[in-house]
Amino acid sequence: MMDTTLLLIDGFATALTLQNLLLALLGAFLGTLIGALPGLGPSNGVAILIPISFSLGLAAIPSLILLTSVYYGAMYGGRISSILLNIPGDEPAMMTCLDGYPMTRAGRAGEALALSGLASFVGSFFATCGLVILAPQLVGIALLFGPAEYFVLYTMAFATLGGISAGNQAKSVFAACIGLGLAMVGIDTQTGVERFTFGEVHLFDGIDFLIAIVGLFALSEVFHFIEHHGTPGQVGAGGVKVGRLVPDLATVRRCVPTLGRSTAIGFLAGVLPGAGASLGSFLAYSVEKKLVDPQGRTFGKGDPRGVVAPEAGNNAAAGGALVPMLSLGVPGSGTTAVLLAVLLSLNITPGPMLFAKNPDIVWGLVAALFIANFMLLALNIPMVGMFTRLLMIPTRILMPVVAMIAFVGIYSITNSTYDMLMMVAFGALGWVLRKLSVPLVPVILGILLGNQMEVNLRRALTISDGDWSVLVGSPLAIVLWVIALAGFLAPLLLGAMVRRRMNGMSAGASDAD
Amino acid sequence: MRNFVLGLSCLTVASMLAMPVSAQQFAPKKPECIAGAAPGGGWDFVCRTTAKVMFDLGLVKERIQVVNMTGGGGGVAYAHVANERADDDNLIVAASKSVSMRLAQGAYPGNTMQDVRWLAAFGAEYGAIAVAANSDIRTLDDLVASLKDDPRSIAFSGGSSVGGNDHLKILKLAKVAGIEDLRQMKYVAFSGGGEAITQLLAGSVQAISSDFSEIMGFVESGDVRIIAVLSPERLAAFDQFPTAKEQGYDVTGLNWRGLYVPRNMSDEAYGFWLDTVRRMTASDEFRDLLVSAGIEPLSLFDADADALVASDIEETQALSRELGLMN
Repeated sequence: MMDTTLLLIDGFATALTLQNLLLALLGAFLGTLIGALPGLGPSNGVAILIPISFSLGLAAIPSLILLTSVYYGAMYGGRISSILLNIPGDEPAMMTCLDGYPMTRAGRAGEALALSGLASFVGSFFATCGLVILAPQLVGIALLFGPAEYFVLYTMAFATLGGISAGNQAKSVFAACIGLGLAMVGIDTQTGVERFTFGEVHLFDGIDFLIAIVGLFALSEVFHFIEHHGTPGQVGAGGVKVGRLVPDLATVRRCVPTLGRSTAIGFLAGVLPGAGASLGSFLAYSVEKKLVDPQGRTFGKGDPRGVVAPEAGNNAAAGGALVPMLSLGVPGSGTTAVLLAVLLSLNITPGPMLFAKNPDIVWGLVAALFIANFMLLALNIPMVGMFTRLLMIPTRILMPVVAMIAFVGIYSITNSTYDMLMMVAFGALGWVLRKLSVPLVPVILGILLGNQMEVNLRRALTISDGDWSVLVGSPLAIVLWVIALAGFLAPLLLGAMVRRRMNGMSAGASDAD
Repeated sequence: MRNFVLGLSCLTVASMLAMPVSAQQFAPKKPECIAGAAPGGGWDFVCRTTAKVMFDLGLVKERIQVVNMTGGGGGVAYAHVANERADDDNLIVAASKSVSMRLAQGAYPGNTMQDVRWLAAFGAEYGAIAVAANSDIRTLDDLVASLKDDPRSIAFSGGSSVGGNDHLKILKLAKVAGIEDLRQMKYVAFSGGGEAITQLLAGSVQAISSDFSEIMGFVESGDVRIIAVLSPERLAAFDQFPTAKEQGYDVTGLNWRGLYVPRNMSDEAYGFWLDTVRRMTASDEFRDLLVSAGIEPLSLFDADADALVASDIEETQALSRELGLMN
């Protein structure tokens, strides 16, 4: 521990120069912007800036500072468009829409932004601390998870899915099934067989969830707007008050336990390679909902805790994902994959020997993360007022801009016109689903998690020669099954109880506070 | 793959020392390098480092722009180059063994290796087979004995999908070892060598087939034991690891990286790119860096690169047929 502290101080000594602080500021600003734009997420952000750091001729530490600031910045920024426009800036920010946007509708956009900024800070701050203290030990957790355990983990996520939306649960299940179906498209890695590709080479790699997200959320808003001939639809301005910018102390205090739980859950989800920030924010939200609002009275209708939980969760997961990346060389998410490539290009090989061989780099990186984090807090809280101005933009101007950013964003990633058409198709699907009031979030979760769930089941069964008992073959798997079952059954049992009680109470209990 | 990237990036430093080149007849205008996958992968780095090194050496006057064209495991980029940019003089495209393997398996529908021109293969990374440090398996003979006893007793993890490079490497080994039914071999596909090795450490699988450099770090940390390197001779920089060949199993497995260009590129332009790539790869620094990173230099250009791709295709098709992956 003493050594760690000394090393960290060394790390700060290398990291804290004027140039590095300016780079961190630049990275934090660009990252926030990139995160907020629909379609551009942390991985594109980092990827776009790699050539810049090369052509600036930056050394290892300054490059890392720039790029990690962008990484953390994009994780912060993703929430902004979720809260203000109901359009997630990137996939981990999806869960933030659920309560963030209702808060905006209720004139509490400023509060939602400030709270989620704070939650992002707490999540990533403690995750970075966890990275410092526990990285070597945490590797053990990743090694507990074989294919069977991963399968059960994803099953658990799906089992709690019914609880996330406030409305009709059957519709959530329907939406998740659409997502699962879409996840099947592409070449199956376990057999090499094409599935649902119709011989179309663009579909061989499966459906990119970014295209699905931008289509389902952003374009469907645009279609909705067009349908109503410009009268304000779900998005945006018309008549929404901005309200106070800073939440009162009581609200903040009520969010503290949520912050703690969500940070822990998010961090653990991040440590597992492959699970990443999306699972972190999803689990944080659904656990929080189960714990503090099992009756579904406030969550989904603008509960501040519903904003805090996923934001703390996804930012903690972003920190957690660095554990397997640094100590095993396994990227836990798209973004860490890009960061891994950056490290490699700087002549640093992540892996079991990194902490022993390049301690200066590791601790410099950790120091960079802390710096980025404080920079982002300093940048984000005062900027809340500026962000909320976005709501004053008339919808007729905002919508075309959203459409333009969506197209440019997707094209810049894939360079493929086919993907733009696919995005339009997803927009149409999203528009139809909205008409049927089917929630969109489970569709994306189905795509994101379904693939991993299936692949891990297949791996587990290949290894066991088709023996299904492997799925309950370890204590960890059994514990996860129990949680999954509890998560699935609890709403059904509680629901019946609650309905009986609710009959006696006023239906107007949806007052969010 | 990892060390390859590392080696290439060291090049950027080395390139500062190299000399500029005399004027050429052809000068590319707005040159592009297409990487058929997202940023961060192997193709992306072939492009980014090629672009940087060529510019730094003064081989190209304008910076080469790197374009990531994702989809179809490189198939979207391949079709784009073959169909829409067939006579583009200012385009180079990142290639690797997985391109030739996918062509062999018909995974780029409607395209064959004749649809582009193979410019160069300039780095070879050999495969390795490893087990956990506490495994009873110490040599390739031990491994083969277990496999012969019961082919399903050992599950291999690997970073490529079924039918991909890591899979075919163990099939080649099994075939040489005289295992009758290759379909009995148990291969579990993971997304990348890192995940595959994590599952070896977690005890989910008994052995791994991956690139040497992916495994190397875990040998140094004492977690993993390499039982065979799939190179023709011991690696110059890591000669403590025995090859499969010297253990009596004549199997090699390499993953190459290189470039292809559009089919109908003008001869003048083709000559320029060929010369430029030769110059880029010829420097001593380049070779030293590759060797120290565990990558063997490979200098196959033009017709030789073409022959390499053709032999990849032949080998892949034979094995894929045997496995029932294709007819």
